[in-house]
Amino acid sequence: MEITLNGKSVPVQGEATVLEVARREGIWIPTLCHHPGLPPYGACRLCIVEVKAGGRQGLTASCTLPPAEGLVVETDSPRVRERRKVLVQLLLAVVRDAPEIRELARRLGVEKAPFKPPEEKRECILCGLCVRVCETAGNSAIGFAFRGSQRRVSPPFGKAAADCIGCRACAKVCPTGAVRFEQAGDRLTGEPWQADLQVARCTSCGRPLAARLLLDFARKKVVCSDFEGLCPACRRRKVARSVKRRG
Amino acid sequence: MNTAEVREIIARHPEPEGRVAAILEEIQKKYRHLPEEALRIVSGELGVSLTRLYGVATFYAAFSLEPKGEHLISICHGTACHVKGAKNLAERWEREVGIKEGQTTADGMFTLEAVRCLGCCSLAPVFSIDGKTYGGVKPDQVPEVLGEWKGGGGR
Repeated sequence: MEITLNGKSVPVQGEATVLEVARREGIWIPTLCHHPGLPPYGACRLCIVEVKAGGRQGLTASCTLPPAEGLVVETDSPRVRERRKVLVQLLLAVVRDAPEIRELARRLGVEKAPFKPPEEKRECILCGLCVRVCETAGNSAIGFAFRGSQRRVSPPFGKAAADCIGCRACAKVCPTGAVRFEQAGDRLTGEPWQADLQVARCTSCGRPLAARLLLDFARKKVVCSDFEGLCPACRRRKVARSVKRRG
Repeated sequence: MNTAEVREIIARHPEPEGRVAAILEEIQKKYRHLPEEALRIVSGELGVSLTRLYGVATFYAAFSLEPKGEHLISICHGTACHVKGAKNLAERWEREVGIKEGQTTADGMFTLEAVRCLGCCSLAPVFSIDGKTYGGVKPDQVPEVLGEWKGGGGR
């Protein structure tokens, strides 16, 4: 199967979406809610492209657009550029200081947001990455709650995240830095989930390793009894010693 | 809240597709809200995360995490009712019952809620109590209607 991207015919090599084909071809399409490890979601709309022929014509999100024979797509047409600018202006109005969004704004030539910012300061753009990664890799500790202007990401009942295992995947994928984990001594705290977890220490050197619940969780999923409870450095040492013995 | 009752409600919905909303609806009807403990039971029985259930419970206006009053007074603020003076009607209700829209009286008798359209615009302005519709009402009629419901009548 072949599709036409920006006037050039390119093969589809098993990719499920036009976004993936474009990225393989080295074409820049901005995204905020996309993660290769998660199913497409289509929330941030930044990946919009213009379908010219071979499908329903008009602007559509490329992260949820399956390639089809004869599809003709423009990823950087004036309409696409204009719409992306507005999207970034809206995002800028909500979260002014997030580096990733500022960088996007710079790249798209957006200087100021003409939109009125919300009254209370917000850091979350509701892209849903943290929610989806928590469902997939974590323990479904956080999710979307309420709707419309009240929509937010929250642990159940707005209480401290009781099901959080401290894997920090949410902080890792968050594009705006709205999720923050901090480790101090034997406690790992995560905001804004009000997570408070016990940190396990390396059984060999005593250095802080990871949240105890995360280790329990991982133990159920993978078998690695040789390295149980060891920090990366101690693991390496153990492997090195065993290799030397075999030597 | 009674654990057995909640389990009974769940048991009435064995088909896995689309049963969450139906179960929550029955729980809401029975207890006039969704008790946290009930959601925990539903989560355990259905294998749906509590996080998901909380999302559903807060998304739909039909669900409430706080107990609603015995009688639900819904004041329509749709376009037609708005034009026909829904605001005055709502203010009168607030005065008579002594609470704001969205609140429940301390004795748990009445909940006042603002709704966007009850679907009978020709009767504007409209309010409904427990599904019984009152159309073409003037604010001065509010005390009389309230009296009926306080007296246990109305229905």
